[in-house]
Amino acid sequence: MDTNVLLDVANVRRSFRRPGGDQLLVLDGVNLTLKEGEIVGLLGRSGSGKSTLLRLIAGLARPQGGTLSYLGTPIDGPARGIAMVFQSFALFPWLTVLENVQLGLEALGLPEKEIRTRAIEAIDLIGLDGYESAYPRELSGGMRQRVGFARALVVHPNILLMDEPFSALDVLTAENLRTDLIELWQQKKLPIKSILLVTHNIEEAVQMCDRALIFSSNPGRVTTEIRIDLAHPRDRADPKFEDCVDRIYVEMTSRRIERQRNLQPVGFIPDAPIHRSSTSALAGLIEALNAPPYHGKADLPDIASDLQLEVDELFPMTEAMQMLHLGEMEGGDVRLTPLGRHFAESENQTRKEIFQRTLIASVPFAAHIRKVLDERSSHTAPRRRFIDELEDKFTDDAADETLRAITSWGRYAELFSYDAESETFSLENPT
Amino acid sequence: MKILAPVSIETRRLMPRAWDVLAVLIVFGAVVLLAEASRELLGPLTVKTANAIALDPSHLPHYAFRTALRMLAAMAFSLLFTLTYATWAAKSRRAEMLLVPLLDILQSVPILGFISVTVVFFLSLAPGRVLGAEIAAVFAIFTSQAWNMAFSFYQSLRTVPAELTEAGKTFGLSGWTRFWRIEAPFGMPQLVWNMMMSMSGGWFFVTLSEAISVGPTTVSLPGIGSYIATAIAAKDLAAIAWAILAMLVVIIIFDQLLFRPLVAWADRFRIDSEPGDEEPESWALTMYRRSRVFDALTHPFSRLMHWSWTLKAPAGRPHVASETERRSRTGDIIWYGLVTLIGAWVTWRLVRFVGVSFRWPDLLDAGLRGMATMLRVMVLIALASVIWTPIGVYVGLRPKLTRVIQPVAQFLAAFPANLVFPVAVVLIVHWNLNPDIWLSPLMVLGTQWYILFNVIAGASALPRELKDAAANFQVKGWLWWKTVALPAVMPYYVTGAITASGGSWNAAIVAEVVSWGNKSLHAYGLGAYIADATTAGDFKRIVIGVCTMCIFVVVVNRLFWRPLYWYAERKFRLA
Repeated sequence: MDTNVLLDVANVRRSFRRPGGDQLLVLDGVNLTLKEGEIVGLLGRSGSGKSTLLRLIAGLARPQGGTLSYLGTPIDGPARGIAMVFQSFALFPWLTVLENVQLGLEALGLPEKEIRTRAIEAIDLIGLDGYESAYPRELSGGMRQRVGFARALVVHPNILLMDEPFSALDVLTAENLRTDLIELWQQKKLPIKSILLVTHNIEEAVQMCDRALIFSSNPGRVTTEIRIDLAHPRDRADPKFEDCVDRIYVEMTSRRIERQRNLQPVGFIPDAPIHRSSTSALAGLIEALNAPPYHGKADLPDIASDLQLEVDELFPMTEAMQMLHLGEMEGGDVRLTPLGRHFAESENQTRKEIFQRTLIASVPFAAHIRKVLDERSSHTAPRRRFIDELEDKFTDDAADETLRAITSWGRYAELFSYDAESETFSLENPT
Repeated sequence: MKILAPVSIETRRLMPRAWDVLAVLIVFGAVVLLAEASRELLGPLTVKTANAIALDPSHLPHYAFRTALRMLAAMAFSLLFTLTYATWAAKSRRAEMLLVPLLDILQSVPILGFISVTVVFFLSLAPGRVLGAEIAAVFAIFTSQAWNMAFSFYQSLRTVPAELTEAGKTFGLSGWTRFWRIEAPFGMPQLVWNMMMSMSGGWFFVTLSEAISVGPTTVSLPGIGSYIATAIAAKDLAAIAWAILAMLVVIIIFDQLLFRPLVAWADRFRIDSEPGDEEPESWALTMYRRSRVFDALTHPFSRLMHWSWTLKAPAGRPHVASETERRSRTGDIIWYGLVTLIGAWVTWRLVRFVGVSFRWPDLLDAGLRGMATMLRVMVLIALASVIWTPIGVYVGLRPKLTRVIQPVAQFLAAFPANLVFPVAVVLIVHWNLNPDIWLSPLMVLGTQWYILFNVIAGASALPRELKDAAANFQVKGWLWWKTVALPAVMPYYVTGAITASGGSWNAAIVAEVVSWGNKSLHAYGLGAYIADATTAGDFKRIVIGVCTMCIFVVVVNRLFWRPLYWYAERKFRLA
């Protein structure tokens, strides 16, 4: 084994038991290694199990299968030498900045004097001097996350785990903190050996990481590794940088298309759970695609940054567009179909008609709901009637999400109506 | 949803204002007036309104039904009171000055001491004796429920987001319509929660108000409370077990058929709900929603309300009373004049009462006994805290366990603890224990659960990331309790402890004097003072006892709990 391997994750599997008793597989066959001196990014949609993996590595949860080892020893609890930075900072509001930073050292039982010097050192390093006696609530988001970093760095961990550390910050603050961190890393001022960063922001990964691991969902596993051999500081406008971003986009979308092609529905139950995307957001995306400068075709990273959409928000929408035959995916591009263009150029009522036709044709389950309502003399049916059918195939959550998606589309298309209070579908419009 | 702390704790001012003094005067004046009226009536009115209570358990369903009806009647009145009193206080700047401090004092009046006074009063008022006793019982329950509900609703009305009110005004909604369509729905979740808490507290009082003896007057209404009283007199442990079972069933029925549906229904009015929050569910609500009968029943009412919203305020009459109020000086003069008059008259009555009935030894006695009771309450709350805080933290950090324990704790808080007093008495008599010490635990028997379930709520509200951070940085043992667990539950704990302490003062009246058959145990304390005065029909001492306890509660709240509460809120409240 390599001597400079810090962390080795092999064949890790983790599932959760649903209240109904069935197992939801979140991670399956996950492999990764982390070596000294590198920053590795873990990219994937939220819900893909990235954070679960991070918690396993931190020893906050146990896998059901596979092994995780840190410096050659299995991880069977929070390990000394692995520190974490949290998405929403996780600072203790009743402790001052200094007390928050000292907490990890106190837990190690170090002498008081050493605790003090090391805490002050970390606070200075991360640019928090002067704020030692402030409470977290007095600080801005960016400063709070700096405390989060200081608290993790002060214990001099070998591995720094970061769980979407910049996603709760505004764009400017996040950028500022990222560059500071990279600078300190490059100057070798950080008392750490390696960083594992979880993110769903592709550009963030390209900016910071030496390697990006692409994580698929359902179940989560590492599908591809992309090396990023650009010199720091990295310039977002650099064609090489853009090229890297594009490659990751292609990688992430192609797998999805492949999966969808394989899943042609048989019968009226969809073959994969449908994710929710709001019809108004969908209409907005289609309009934007139809308008200049795109004229019906766009590079995914471009339109994502243009509309300020995260990957998480964009992918369910492109999926929905494909499913409803309003758009197609090609490599890293999205293109409107003639139907999609027609939709974009129509008035509201016509849009609804288009949407209704394509919904009936392309989502058999929506047509199924309508058919049941038509056949019943009362023209009403309880939600149970349909959720049961979906639950035969999916987990409870996935069934719920799928039915919600179809319900919202069906409502927009005026295919049927739904009363959330009595949980019944009907044909009447609510009065 | 959290338990609301009493008024005196939620207001930030430490020193009492003139309005607080006036509120004290008015409440004490009312107590004195009622007592004097009752004393005059008691002479010619030596009656026994005692229905024979049969100890055969087959009568229990009927008794339970009667008890439940009283609860419902009191709840209806409390609701009516809440909607008017709280709205008035929230809408009128002038009324607010007096009504809020008044609520504070009313919350602190020991209702159990007061029952005796009101029973006689209502007995003489009502044409039929039984009806009078029923009214008195309902009134007693009402006084245990209404103040919290009114205060919660008042607070909600004060915090309706300005933009909602403004949106209503833009659409030209009348004050009446705005109240029903914006303000009342906004306050609904908190109000429903407080109704539930009030109802929990109410069971204790309903069982006690059904069987009361004031001097020669004995009242016993058909209900679980009088069944218990009869069982105690007859030393029938089996009957007591049956009564406890009946009470259990009644509370579960109320919970399932009334409160769970209400909480689930009111959830739709929450505007601060997060997607991750668990939606409350109720099978009964689903049933009500699907049932046509229920629809048909509520339909006329909903039509009437909708019709009333279409009415416009008469032209020329302003929509917002408080705005014009601010401008009118004559109104001010009339209001302050009226308040001064009431204050002066009440003071005069009080002075007269004090002049006639005031005896130094009595007052000193009451004060010393108050100290004894205070010591008991403090020690027991401290003991209960030491026991339940770690348990609550342990439970609250385990969601599965919380789902099991939390409803149990809520249920135990609702269960009238006095029903199990006889068991304790039997034990104390059997082992020949010192009543001054061993009767004390009875005071917190029913109230300690507030501490438990608040701490559970606090611990389960601890965000997972904070727990993870603590684990990640290997914070364990005492360091973990000191820096993570205890601070996190602190605000919840303090509110729970305040509620428990307030309830314990009240419980002292029934816990410091208990009996089993013809055997009676006494502890030295203010509760026993009031209880004895009630048995003797000595209205002067009842008044002195009630007022002394009221002062103790207010002072302890202001000087001890309030600073602690605000310290905890400031320092330990999460975001």
